[in-house]
Amino acid sequence: MDQNIAQIVAGLRTAFPDVAFSPQPLIDRSEDDAGAEQVFVRVPPDKIVEVMRFLHDDARCDFQQLASLTCVDYLDFPKARDRYAVVYTLVSPRLNHRMWVKCFVNDPDPAVPSVTGIWNAAEWTEREVFDLFGIRFSDHPDLRRIMTWDGFKAHPLRKDYPLRGHGEREDFTVVTDDSR
Amino acid sequence: MGTDTMTEARPTTMSLEEPGGDLWALNFGPQHPATHTTLRLVLELDGERVVACTPHIGYLHSGFEKLGEHLTYNQYVVVTDRMNYISPMANNIAWHHACEVLFNIELTPRCKVLRTILAELARIQDHLLCVGCTALDLGGFTAFLYGFADREDIYDLCEDICGARFTTSYTRVGGLMNDMPDGWPEKVKAFCRKLPKTLDDIVALLNRNRIFIERTKGIGYINHDDAINWGLTGPLARASGVRRDLRKDEPYLCYADNWDGSGSSGVDFKVPISHGGDVLARYLVRLEEMHQSLAIIAQLIDNIPAGPVNVLADDKQTLPDKREVYTSIEGLIHHFEQVMTNRGHTPPIGEAYGANETASGELGFYLVSDGGIMPYRVHCRAPSFINYQCFPKLVEGHQLSDVVAILGSLNIIAGELDR
Amino acid sequence: MGLTTSETSPHTMGNGDTLSTRLDHLVGLLRKHGPNWARKNSLWPMPFATACCGIELMAMGASRYDVARFGAEVMRFTPRQCDLMICAGRVAIKMLPVLQRIYMQMCEPKWVISMGACASTGGVFDTYSVVQGIDQFMPVDVYVPGCPPRPETLIEGVMAIQRIVDAEGVKPSAERGGLGLTVDPVVQLNTVGRRS
Ligand code: SF4
Repeated sequence: MDQNIAQIVAGLRTAFPDVAFSPQPLIDRSEDDAGAEQVFVRVPPDKIVEVMRFLHDDARCDFQQLASLTCVDYLDFPKARDRYAVVYTLVSPRLNHRMWVKCFVNDPDPAVPSVTGIWNAAEWTEREVFDLFGIRFSDHPDLRRIMTWDGFKAHPLRKDYPLRGHGEREDFTVVTDDSR
Repeated sequence: MGTDTMTEARPTTMSLEEPGGDLWALNFGPQHPATHTTLRLVLELDGERVVACTPHIGYLHSGFEKLGEHLTYNQYVVVTDRMNYISPMANNIAWHHACEVLFNIELTPRCKVLRTILAELARIQDHLLCVGCTALDLGGFTAFLYGFADREDIYDLCEDICGARFTTSYTRVGGLMNDMPDGWPEKVKAFCRKLPKTLDDIVALLNRNRIFIERTKGIGYINHDDAINWGLTGPLARASGVRRDLRKDEPYLCYADNWDGSGSSGVDFKVPISHGGDVLARYLVRLEEMHQSLAIIAQLIDNIPAGPVNVLADDKQTLPDKREVYTSIEGLIHHFEQVMTNRGHTPPIGEAYGANETASGELGFYLVSDGGIMPYRVHCRAPSFINYQCFPKLVEGHQLSDVVAILGSLNIIAGELDR
Repeated sequence: MGLTTSETSPHTMGNGDTLSTRLDHLVGLLRKHGPNWARKNSLWPMPFATACCGIELMAMGASRYDVARFGAEVMRFTPRQCDLMICAGRVAIKMLPVLQRIYMQMCEPKWVISMGACASTGGVFDTYSVVQGIDQFMPVDVYVPGCPPRPETLIEGVMAIQRIVDAEGVKPSAERGGLGLTVDPVVQLNTVGRRS
C-alpha cells in the first residue's frame, strides 16, 4: 500500500477509535501489485459526515476535492453482502493522491447523510444518485430528481430495472389529441 | 421556446441596489441558440440583473450508464463517442484507459504514441470550438468560422485513420481498431503547420478587441479554493490558478516517464495556469493549451515507434488484427472467442477507476466487473456534469447578457452532462 | 422547376395574341408555381439540435459544406420564423413536449427532417428514456440516415424537401398525418430551486 494511504488510515484510526477501518484494494490482484494503489475504506453511514470532514480538514489527508460520487447496486454481484454502496472518489490536488470511500446501505429506505456541507460538488452528484438509485441523502438542501422527469416512478440504474424500462417511454398521459 | 417570459409583472424600478420586490422569472432554453444544446435555466431577474439561477438538466438523458451494463468492453466504445461529441477520440481513449486499468494491460509503444497524438488532436478540436463559441456567443461569428474550418481538417484526419468523421470508435481493449494508414503523419504535420496561423487570426480578432475584453474580463469569477471545492477540473480549474493536470499528476500514455519500456522520458510540455478566474482567463488558457498540444504532437509525430499496435494477441484479452482474422484460422477462432458472448475472456473480478485529462477536465470511468464479459456497472465521471454545478454561483449578480458568455466559457456538452 | 415546366404557353407570339392575354397567362403561371419556387429556394431551418448530429448540422452550415448554396442557410432559433424543422439528435422523453411545442409554434407551411438514426428510430439508444422515433409524435417528411449523417447526406435531405415542396406544394400538416398526440410530461415552466 501507498505510503500516503497508510498514513491517512493511521490518522483515521486515531481519530475514530470506535470504527474499524480496513483499507482494501478496489481490485484484488493476487499475482502482482500493479493496481493496488487504488484503495478504499468502508465507513458506516452514521459516521460518514464526521469521517469526511476529517478527511477534508486533516493536513495529511487534505482531500479538498470530491472527484465523483456514485453508487453501485450489488444486487446480483457474486458474494456481495450489502445491496448498495455509495462510492466517493476523493482527490487531494495539493498532495496529489486519491482515495475511495464506500458506504454500504440496504433496503428498505437506503439513506446516507449528505456531504454537501463539505464539498459543494456533492450537490448534483447526490441528486443524481437519488434519482437513479433511490438513495435518500438526509440534510441535502435540494433533493429533487435531476435526470429523469418529474413523475418518473422508478430508479433506472437499479439492477432490477430493465434496460428498456417498464414502459415509461411508451405510456404517456395524453394532454390533447389535436389531429385537427 | 426561446425566451418566454413567465411572469407578466413589470419591474417598476430599475434600481440595482434593492433586489426583491418585482422579480421576473425568465425561462432560458432548453432550445435556445446560446445554450448550445439542451440546457435549461430558470433565471430570476431584477431588471437586467440575475438574482437567482436554477439550471435544469436531463433533457438529453439517454441512459449511457445503463447501456454500459449491456454491452461488452469493446462494444461500449461506440457509446462513448456520443458522450462528448466535440472530441470523441478523447472519450474513446479514456474509456479504454479505464478498461486497461481494470485488466492491467500495458500498451505497446506504438499504440501509446498514436493515442497520445489523437488525444491532443481531440483537445485542439474541443478548444477550437469552445474558443469559437465564446466569440460567437458575444456576437463574433468570424472566429467561430475560422475555428470550424480547422476542425474540418481534424475530421479529415480522423476519417483517414478510422473511417468516420466524429463517431470514431477507434480504440479497443489493449490497442486500436487498426494501424494508421500510410502517409498519415505527413497529413498531421501539414495540419500542425496550418493551425498556428488560424490561432493567430483568432488572437488578432479577439485579444485586443475592446468589446470582447470588456464582455469577458471579470465576468464569471471563481477563486482557487472554490474551484477545487466545486470539483472543477481542466481548463476551468487552471484558469483559477489550480495547478492540476492529470497528464502531469497521474501520468499515463506518453505523458509518463519510461512509456516505451526503454527509459524515454515523457513528452515535454507546460501546463498553462492563469489566476484570472474569469471568462477571459479561461479563453486564454485554452488558447495556450492548443499551442502546447501542437508541441506535444511535434515531439511524437516524427518518431512513431515501429511494432504492433495491439498487445500480443495470444493473451486473449484483445481482439486480433483484422488481417489475421481474414487470412488465418487461428485469427478467426480468436476473433470468435472474443465476440461470442459465452466464450469471451474473463476479466478480473473487482473495481477500477481510470481517468484521463480531456479538453474539459477529468474524464474518468469507474468500472465494476463481476467477471462477465460485460461490465457490472459503468460510472462516468463526466467533467461537464461536475463543472456545470457551479454555474448559478458564477452568474448571480451579473447581467443577463453575461449568462451567455459564462455558459460558453464553461464548455458544457449536453451529451456528457446528461449521459 | 417553377416557371418553365409543364405548362408552356399554347399561344403563339403571333398577331392574334394580345398583350393582356399573355400577361394573364404569365400571372397564372406565377400564381401556380411562384410561391413554391420561392419557398423551396429559401427554406429557413429551425435547428432543433440536441446531440451529436447537431455538430454535423453546424458543419453543414459552416464554410466547407456551405448550405447557403441551396438557400437554406438562414437558421432561425425562433420557430415562428422557420418553415423547416431539422430534428438533429436523440430526443429524450423529457425533451419531447418541448419538441412538440416548438413544432406547433411554427407557421404553416412547415416541413420536418428527422436527422440521424436517433431521431428516426432511437438508434443505439434503445433505453428507458429515449423516444424511439419522433415520427410517433409529429409528421416527418424526410428521414436522413446515418449516425451521424454526413453533411452531404443532410444537404441531400434538404434537397429532398425542395423536391417535396415542388411536387406537392403546401399541404397543411393535418393532411400529412397530423400532429397526433401531445403528451405529458409537460414542461414545468417556473420551477425555481434553492437559492444559493
Ligand atoms: S444518430 Fe448518432 S450522431 Fe446522431 S444523435 Fe444519434 S447517436 Fe448522435
